[in-house]
Order: sequence, then C-alpha cells, then structure tokens
Amino acid sequence: MIMIIKLCFAFIATVGFGIIINIPHRALLIAGSIGTVTWFIYWALINLNFGIALTNLLASVAIGILSDIAARRMKMPMLIFNIPSLVPLVPGGQAYQMVRNIALGNAAQGMRFLTEVIEITGSIAIGFLIAELLNKLWKKLLLKRASRGM
Amino acid sequence: MIENGSEMARAEDTIMRIATNSGYPDAQVFSTVTGIIMSIPDQKNAQVESVSRRNIDLEKVSWVNRLSRDYAVKKITLTEFFDQLKIVDDAVPYFPFWLQVLGAALVSGPLMTIFCNNFYDIGVTSIIGAIGFAIYYAINKTLDIKFISEFVSSLLIGFMAVLTVRMGLGHSVDNIIIGAVMPLVPGVPLTNAVRDILNGHFVSGPARGIEALLTASAIGFGIAFVFRFF
Repeated sequence: MIMIIKLCFAFIATVGFGIIINIPHRALLIAGSIGTVTWFIYWALINLNFGIALTNLLASVAIGILSDIAARRMKMPMLIFNIPSLVPLVPGGQAYQMVRNIALGNAAQGMRFLTEVIEITGSIAIGFLIAELLNKLWKKLLLKRASRGM
Repeated sequence: MIENGSEMARAEDTIMRIATNSGYPDAQVFSTVTGIIMSIPDQKNAQVESVSRRNIDLEKVSWVNRLSRDYAVKKITLTEFFDQLKIVDDAVPYFPFWLQVLGAALVSGPLMTIFCNNFYDIGVTSIIGAIGFAIYYAINKTLDIKFISEFVSSLLIGFMAVLTVRMGLGHSVDNIIIGAVMPLVPGVPLTNAVRDILNGHFVSGPARGIEALLTASAIGFGIAFVFRFF
C-alpha cells in the first residue's frame, strides 16, 4: 500500500518539476510516467541489495533509454523527459546531511555523506553515458538494416 | 536556445541546419555558453552573437527545434521562420506563476516522503517549498542575480522549517528542509553539463558544471547559515 502511494508521489513530483522548468504541456504526463517507472526500478533494485551505485546507474540508464524513445515518438528534445524524471533519484537527503554535518563541525560525518553524494551523482552521469551509447548503437543498427533492405 | 537551457550540440546543429537550407552548406559555427560565432566562408565578416542571460524554459527549446525542422523540409520560408522565431521569443505559453508555485509544492512534499519515509510532514513541506520557490522567483525577477536568490530562498526555507517545528506543526527539521529545497536544485545545468562534455564541448560543459556547482553551494550556504544560528 505504501508502495503504491510512493509510486503516485514519484509521478506527482516528476510532473511538478516539469511544471517548474516549463516543459510543453503534452509532455508532462509522459515525463511523469518515465519518472514513476524508473523510480520503481530504483526501489526494486535497492531492496534487492544492489548497493546505491549500481542501482542509480541502472535507473539512470533506464531513464536515458525511455526518454530517447519518448523523444523520438513525440519529436521533442530528449532533455524534456530526461530532467524531470531524474528528480526522484537526486541524492537530496545525503547532500543535505553533508552540508549540515560540515556546518556543525562534524567533518568526518560530512565527508562520509560527501563521498556518498559523489558516488550517486557519478553513477547517474555514467548511467546517462551508457544510455547514450546504447541509443547510438541502436540507431546504427537501424540504419544498417535499412541500407541492407534497399 | 542556449539562453533557455538547451545543450550546445542542439544549438549548433540547429544553426547548421538553417545555414545549409539557406544555401551555405559549409558555414562554420562555434558556440559556448556565453556566445555564438558563425561565419560563412565566402564572406569576410563573421557574425558574433553573445548570450548574456540564462534561465530555463524547455518549451522554447522545443519550439525552436520544431521550427527549424519545418524549415529543413521546406515547409516554411526563411522570412516566415524569422517571424515565427520572434513570436516564440515573445509569447511562448509559460505556465502561470501560481501553477509554477503549485508545481514547487508538488515537488517538495512528495519527494520528502519518498526520500525520508515521513508521511507526517507532507503538508508543511509542500507549503514551505512553495513559499521558498515563490521567493526565489520574485527575487530573480527583480534583482536578476541568480545565486543570491537561491541563497536567500534557501535561508528562508531553513528559518521557516525551524519555526514550524518550534511551533509544533512539523516533526523533523531535516526532512522539511530536504523536501522544500528540492525545487531549487540545479537539475538542468547538471544534465546539460554531462551531455555537453559527452559531445566534446569542453568549453561549455565544465562552465555549465560550475554554474550547477555554484547554485548548489548557494543553497548549501543558505542552509548552513540556519544551522549556525540554531
């Protein structure tokens, strides 16, 4: 039950961020669903004990691939779908704890959270990289098939 | 387009597409976050266009993208294209201010629950997030200094969070701040930085990364300030 509520919240949060950065109206719902799906992937993998780095990596790969598909279907720039659906993955909690601990003088604790933040953002970035790579490979494959068909 | 948060590759690609269609297939374009230089080989002069304002409006990016594609398949002429661009620049449907504030509320409350498993503080977080975003928006409109507005609004978010908890309306200062700060997070520059670097734009990518970093530290300083006083 809590799971379903959380999925709804992921959807709402993604749509809300979409409104803030002013993406086209038609794209809102799709961006929201991408956010929900990827957050579900994230949640499932975290509960399977994949560790934060791998989980974030796989989830952001999923974001990259799904938003590329959506971008091609809707003929809109990819980053319209990309950015809002990323929001539920952002390491907000850890970043906050980092600032808090450093401000209060617990440097060691702060460093621990800092490494966590770097780990997560790094794996999200690498996830986007991998997704881009897969998309390019897929495009090449399609081109090859098209040229062979001619 | 750069003004409104597109990647470098898309901007350059659009300019090239327009140039090719206007009969200059060998035009050269060099663009960074702060300016575009474009030259056509037969002519002596290069055109320089500087970009001084930066905010985020993906709707505009998407419109220009579509227009340039229309132009590429010769659906519209160059003059029509130019007129349309002017219209886009002036009158793209922006979400009204109250809807954006509502969006901020929708971001902060639910995200706080997702991050922290805290169902109690949703309402408070949403309201504080919305107020914080409204302050950010207002300062941005009047002062036009990006980092200051982020600093001030995160500072006020921190104060409001502490106040509500003191008054007994909220449970946990930490969770409320985490949620309420989320609408200010620099998602677009960060993503663009990564994509620019991937596409080999080593001038623009790191520059955007620094923009994101500065925004994040402005938010961080605002929050840290609050902790010094409480």
